[in-house]
Amino acid sequence: MSNDRVTLTDKQRRAQRSRSIALAVALAAFVVIVYVGTWAKLGANILSRPM
Amino acid sequence: MSGPLEPVARTSPKTKLLPENDKNELMPLIEKNASLDTSIGLSEANASDYIALLKPRVMSLVVFTGFVGLMAAPGQINPVLAAIAILCIAVGAGASGALNMWYDADIDAIMKRTAKRPIPAGRISREEVLTFGLLLSVFSVVTLGLFVNLLSAFLLAFTIFFYAVVYTMWLKRSTPQNIVIGGAAGAFPPMIGWVAVTNSISMESIVLFMIIFLWTPPHFWALSLFMSDDYEKAKIPMMPNVMGEASTKFQIFLYTLLVAPVAVLPWVMGFAGPVYGVFSIAMGAAFLGYAWSVWRSPVGEAMMRPAKKMFAFSIFYLFSLYAVLLGEILVRKALLVAGA
Repeated sequence: MSNDRVTLTDKQRRAQRSRSIALAVALAAFVVIVYVGTWAKLGANILSRPM
Repeated sequence: MSGPLEPVARTSPKTKLLPENDKNELMPLIEKNASLDTSIGLSEANASDYIALLKPRVMSLVVFTGFVGLMAAPGQINPVLAAIAILCIAVGAGASGALNMWYDADIDAIMKRTAKRPIPAGRISREEVLTFGLLLSVFSVVTLGLFVNLLSAFLLAFTIFFYAVVYTMWLKRSTPQNIVIGGAAGAFPPMIGWVAVTNSISMESIVLFMIIFLWTPPHFWALSLFMSDDYEKAKIPMMPNVMGEASTKFQIFLYTLLVAPVAVLPWVMGFAGPVYGVFSIAMGAAFLGYAWSVWRSPVGEAMMRPAKKMFAFSIFYLFSLYAVLLGEILVRKALLVAGA
């Protein structure tokens, strides 16, 4: 196995970090939206789980 | 890992709608920009490049008109669900913008106004943009359907489809009526906002739709008058390039003649008050004045000042109409709360 490795340039590293942060924020926002939206949509019925 | 790392092309431009000799001219242009990184295809795109794919300026108008539609609708909606509805409309609009940039990368590279967009500038590949656009489309529509209602989700899906497929893939390169019919995509957001509250399409929501639908031709044709060289280069059949300047100016006047009275209808139908009524009449008269000066301006004039003025005013016209409508609604709601 050879030692070919990818070395990121500074610009690529900064860009990757920027994309990673944006993706993390978007995912966290989506989780919050689903959580809060579920409460708003179902209200008290969220506890009603007929079997 | 063994063996040399192969360069990965950052874009694969689409030129199928252009004649063969034009493809030959375009390919090197895009390839030149697209191969900035030849080592392995590692992206140098920032988060801001992905935001640029969403056409934030268009998105802001979409969000605003969608919000006005939502506020103008009779009935109640949970504020959290209202916020989710607006967010979904915004993301859906952004997704259709990204799909538009994915398909139009070849002509974007030619036009001055669009040459710095992420794909023609070589910062993001077309495949990534397609995936990004489709993913956001699905997420926005499904979220709207799950949390608000199915009719608004269907309308949002239809809007994305209409903009990305009917307008971008079909009309834009084939007919000078492209933005007349395609304008429907930009007109749907207030209707989606309305439907998010009422779960039905009423005459009022159709009027909100019609205001933007009829406003789009004079707005875009005013732009295309002073950008006709760009459209000509990209071989997009905009009205001035196909029918000529004089015909375009006349049609701008005709559509302005249509949109001015339609914009008064919210007052006539009773879902806007007298302030909006007076304001829409005054703004309609001013819009007609600008259209008149465009129509009467000499053909072939290089500066195109009347068209530039009309284009700038058209943005203010639509924004201010919806802002006054929103202001009146908010005052009415505040008075109701104070009286209760």
